[in-house]
Amino acid sequence: MSAGVAATLLTAVLAAVDPSMVLPLQSGLGAVGDLVFGVPHWVLEQWYWLMDWVYYFTGLEMLNPRYRFMHRAILVGLCVGVMAPLIGTFLVHRQLALIGDALAHTGFAGVAVGLFLNAVLDLGVSPYLTAVVVAMIAALCIELISEATDAYNDVSMAIVLSTGFALGTTLISLNAGGLAVGVNQFLFGNLSTVSPGSAAILLVLFAVIVGTVALTRNQLLYVTFDETAAAVSGLSVNWYNRVMVMLTAMVVVGAMQIMGVILVAAMLVVPVAGATQVSRSFSESLLVSVVLAELAVLLGIAAAYYGGVTAGGVIVLFAVAIYVCAVAIGKVQSARGERAAPDMGSIETDGVDAGAGRGD
Amino acid sequence: MSSHGTDSGTAERTGERASAATDTDAPGRGPVVDLAGVTFGYTATPVVEDVSLAVDPGEYVAVVGPNGSGKSTLMQLLLGLLEPDAGTARLFGERTDRFDDGERVGYVAQHASAAKEMPITVREVVKMGRFPHVGFGRLSADDRTAATALREDPLATVRRVANAVSGRLASEDWAIVDDALATVGMSAFADRRITQLSGGQRQRAFIARALAGEADLLVLDEPTVGVDAESVEAFYDLLAELNAGGITVLLIEHDLGAVVEQAARVVCLNREVYFDGPTDAFVDSDALARAFGTGARSLAGVDR
Repeated sequence: MSAGVAATLLTAVLAAVDPSMVLPLQSGLGAVGDLVFGVPHWVLEQWYWLMDWVYYFTGLEMLNPRYRFMHRAILVGLCVGVMAPLIGTFLVHRQLALIGDALAHTGFAGVAVGLFLNAVLDLGVSPYLTAVVVAMIAALCIELISEATDAYNDVSMAIVLSTGFALGTTLISLNAGGLAVGVNQFLFGNLSTVSPGSAAILLVLFAVIVGTVALTRNQLLYVTFDETAAAVSGLSVNWYNRVMVMLTAMVVVGAMQIMGVILVAAMLVVPVAGATQVSRSFSESLLVSVVLAELAVLLGIAAAYYGGVTAGGVIVLFAVAIYVCAVAIGKVQSARGERAAPDMGSIETDGVDAGAGRGD
Repeated sequence: MSSHGTDSGTAERTGERASAATDTDAPGRGPVVDLAGVTFGYTATPVVEDVSLAVDPGEYVAVVGPNGSGKSTLMQLLLGLLEPDAGTARLFGERTDRFDDGERVGYVAQHASAAKEMPITVREVVKMGRFPHVGFGRLSADDRTAATALREDPLATVRRVANAVSGRLASEDWAIVDDALATVGMSAFADRRITQLSGGQRQRAFIARALAGEADLLVLDEPTVGVDAESVEAFYDLLAELNAGGITVLLIEHDLGAVVEQAARVVCLNREVYFDGPTDAFVDSDALARAFGTGARSLAGVDR
């Protein structure tokens, strides 16, 4: 199990430093790992049970209890449909829409690192776990390159993107033969290869991402909307930027399972772009983008199952179709709004009282 | 255009402001902004050199200077966004690198021309002013220990902790947001998307955000760029009235006419300070010609 492997890796590193620390640490880490991954496995069992019930009520063939992989794919898809637009909303409005692409390519390097370690050292570590680690390091690199060199963000993204892909292809070519076949599912995503282990990793990522956004949404919004004013008000802008890119790395790797490296960035951007067209407020746009993403994911997975096509591609096509509809609806809304809008030229202050907003 | 102090309705509050401004010996009533011998350069050549500037509570100070004179850099130095190469910068008596009362400073930039298509309502923008006040900061503001608070008022304490963890605004925060919106006359536009507003209305929303944060100091960086003339007049009236109510205003402005009409004190900057004093004396001085070079227009004809 991946938690056990991670614990073994960490203790192996520590053993080199101080052998006496290994035994208690190994059991401690194993217990923590079992707890962290035990809960998602339990959630997964409940999800199977729920899907079985939905199958008995609806008779939908793709929910047949024989196809556990479809149950897992739907769960992963629904989680991606929440966390991708959640993070994407902050990214798009910071004009960082392409950071998802950059991190997906470094996630690919992470997958290659995982496959390489498995082939050479026979570790049995999940490539998604190494992908999360490598993508998060890359995410920090993007921020640090921008901070240290004053380069535009897209320059640091381009550097990290190409480095990631170069590292990935080099590692894969080193191994030759077998690895190249295994890499296809990471490049294009695959519904049928969502294992219970990788679904559990995704559930942990989901909990971390949604929890972090829930706790820091005010700060993330302030930094997104007005970085200078946020800094003046005492927020550590650099720190929140780092949190943002790390969360993005997690989303990208989580979504990679069904979307693939090449298409994963679409889920961060397309539903958000659609929601921006039809929403008036920020909170509304968050909600609408999640709804649009879920719609694309469910339609896409169904089309992939019944049509026998690649899920990642068809999900993105549905997302883009929904985006086009949203643009049309947005245009109609604004045309109506312009006709109905009151005169906005005159504002009367109702007796200015400077003390109104003041506490002292 | 009415300037501050001339409005009969605000005369009394202006008097309060004047007394507050002179009461600088009382603890905590020292200069709001205090730059002492500040020098800063992005390269070896300083952009700002040996600048000293003290702004007392309740003052209305305008910083003027030609393009590239270091106005915006000076603003970033006094807000603590840049560290001076030499000299010290203090906000409310605290060195800017240690200053952690950010909510006391309201910052308004040149947002009017920004074409950000972010779907966000005026109320959501103003709400941001409350963010430094919610969260864990609010919990630590309670002098009672956790045990005492729990015993005295268990329900309210649990609610406070839940709000702090989730970052939710309490009802009193929303009341302050509504007050701030009313103060700048934007209540009717509270639920409009900010991108649907005119430049002047947008700037009012940003002022409201500063008021919602209970700011004592407003720092405005050329706030009326891209705003139509009529809205500019209303905007400056609002600033004057806020200043009359006791808020310190530091205006960085390119438009000399507006500065002369609005501010009580002018600082003329071109890398170093060329003039620092009452606006009347500035109009009569040759500081403008020296700072802007020989091509500068005269202020003699400006209607005060």
